[in-house]
Amino acid sequence: MNLTLNIWRQDGPEAPGRMVTYQLADVSGDMSFLEMLDVLNESLITKGEEPIAFDSDCREGICGMCGLMISGNAHGPVTTTTCQLHMREFHDGDSITIEPWRADAFPMIKDLVVDRSSFDRIIQAGGFISANTGSAPEAHSVPVEKRKADRAFEAAACIGCGACVAACPNASAMLFMGAKVTHLGELPQGQPERYARVVKMVAQHDHEGFGGCTNTGACADACPKEIPLDVINTLNRDLRGALGRGR
Amino acid sequence: MATPTLLQGEQTARRTTVFMKILMASTGALFVFYVLMHMYGNLKIFFGYQAFDEYAEHLREMLTPILPHTGFLWLFRVLLILSLFVHAYAAFTLWSRANGARPQRYAVKSAAKGAARSKMMRWGGVALLAFLVFHLVQFTIAKVNFNGNFTAAQLGDSTGKLVIASFQLWWVVLIYVVAMVALGMHLFHGVWSGAQTLGLTDSAASRRLAHATAHVVAGVVVIGFLLPPLAILFGLVK
Repeated sequence: MNLTLNIWRQDGPEAPGRMVTYQLADVSGDMSFLEMLDVLNESLITKGEEPIAFDSDCREGICGMCGLMISGNAHGPVTTTTCQLHMREFHDGDSITIEPWRADAFPMIKDLVVDRSSFDRIIQAGGFISANTGSAPEAHSVPVEKRKADRAFEAAACIGCGACVAACPNASAMLFMGAKVTHLGELPQGQPERYARVVKMVAQHDHEGFGGCTNTGACADACPKEIPLDVINTLNRDLRGALGRGR
Repeated sequence: MATPTLLQGEQTARRTTVFMKILMASTGALFVFYVLMHMYGNLKIFFGYQAFDEYAEHLREMLTPILPHTGFLWLFRVLLILSLFVHAYAAFTLWSRANGARPQRYAVKSAAKGAARSKMMRWGGVALLAFLVFHLVQFTIAKVNFNGNFTAAQLGDSTGKLVIASFQLWWVVLIYVVAMVALGMHLFHGVWSGAQTLGLTDSAASRRLAHATAHVVAGVVVIGFLLPPLAILFGLVK
């Protein structure tokens, strides 16, 4: 298939950006979206032009490194990561607009690459449990309710790709944080730090410049791992719990 | 621009955006209760302006003689005004934060339901604020009669008569129809959103309940508030 690609090009954090249009011929439906960009980059390199910078790592949908705004949808038209999106979802003659995640807390690095270390700092602020080092404890020594184990597992599927922020009209990271708070807070190991965690994480989130949540659900719709919106409810409930405990 | 630093020291829940949302949700819950009571009171007009005026007088006599005449009414009014300030302050603060959180917009953004809802809540809220000022001036503060068919002497100090005179005018009814649709849309998202913000939507069942409550509250409020003006406009209540 032949495609018209409108791609955001920006040489660096401070450089002015612009949309550049490329024509790409003979795209196979079996290519992933990133492979399609690889093909475009090879042709740019052959022509002596600067290739388009974009993030990728595992290319099997589990690392959270890739992420592009594709014609206004985070990770494109289907519920998956950009690397697992295949060109068969598009049609011959389509015009596709490709932009980086846009958020104040995700500063621009180059072209389609943004700096998501604000997520790392939110995790650093409270997204952890404290455990003694040494040999692994016997798994059955701490019983976990099946319902809670399932919910924690569902939330733990978050790969921190940032699609929730990219899709949110307020550029809020509540779904990301809600996933972490739910993942750790549902388990016995996460209890000692539970209320300190939520306060520290939300404080860091606000400090990074993310917006507030308006419960629109755009984040959950965009999430490639289908994290449900109710993790934000859990986040809110835990923050209310922290208030009641004088934090 | 983002700050590449980790916050140091103790943080407090009261300074987070989520706390602002909790303030909005709890003041919003008070408004929902108030709006339902107000709607119930308005329906008294179907039993005549005397019944309406009597109800208004009962509100002034609530908890007397423990409280003085209109004592409860004023306590409640002060609570509502304070809540309105908190609700609006939190809304405008979060609105301005959200604007700052995405300085560079997308060239193409799918018609996300999200963006439309946020706009509806914010601009709808501003519209409701403007309507509230008009409404209070019209029926409470200045008691303005726009209907030339009624003289001040005919209306006396009866709010019930003023209501009937006012809603015989099509344009007054139109303002109220627009305002109530705005209120309905505000409640439609607000009731559900408030439940989620207060952490009440933990299970699939409670989420369904919150959604259903939002639908019912929005529907009941819109219909309940619009029945009297429309009935008066079409001459069913005189």
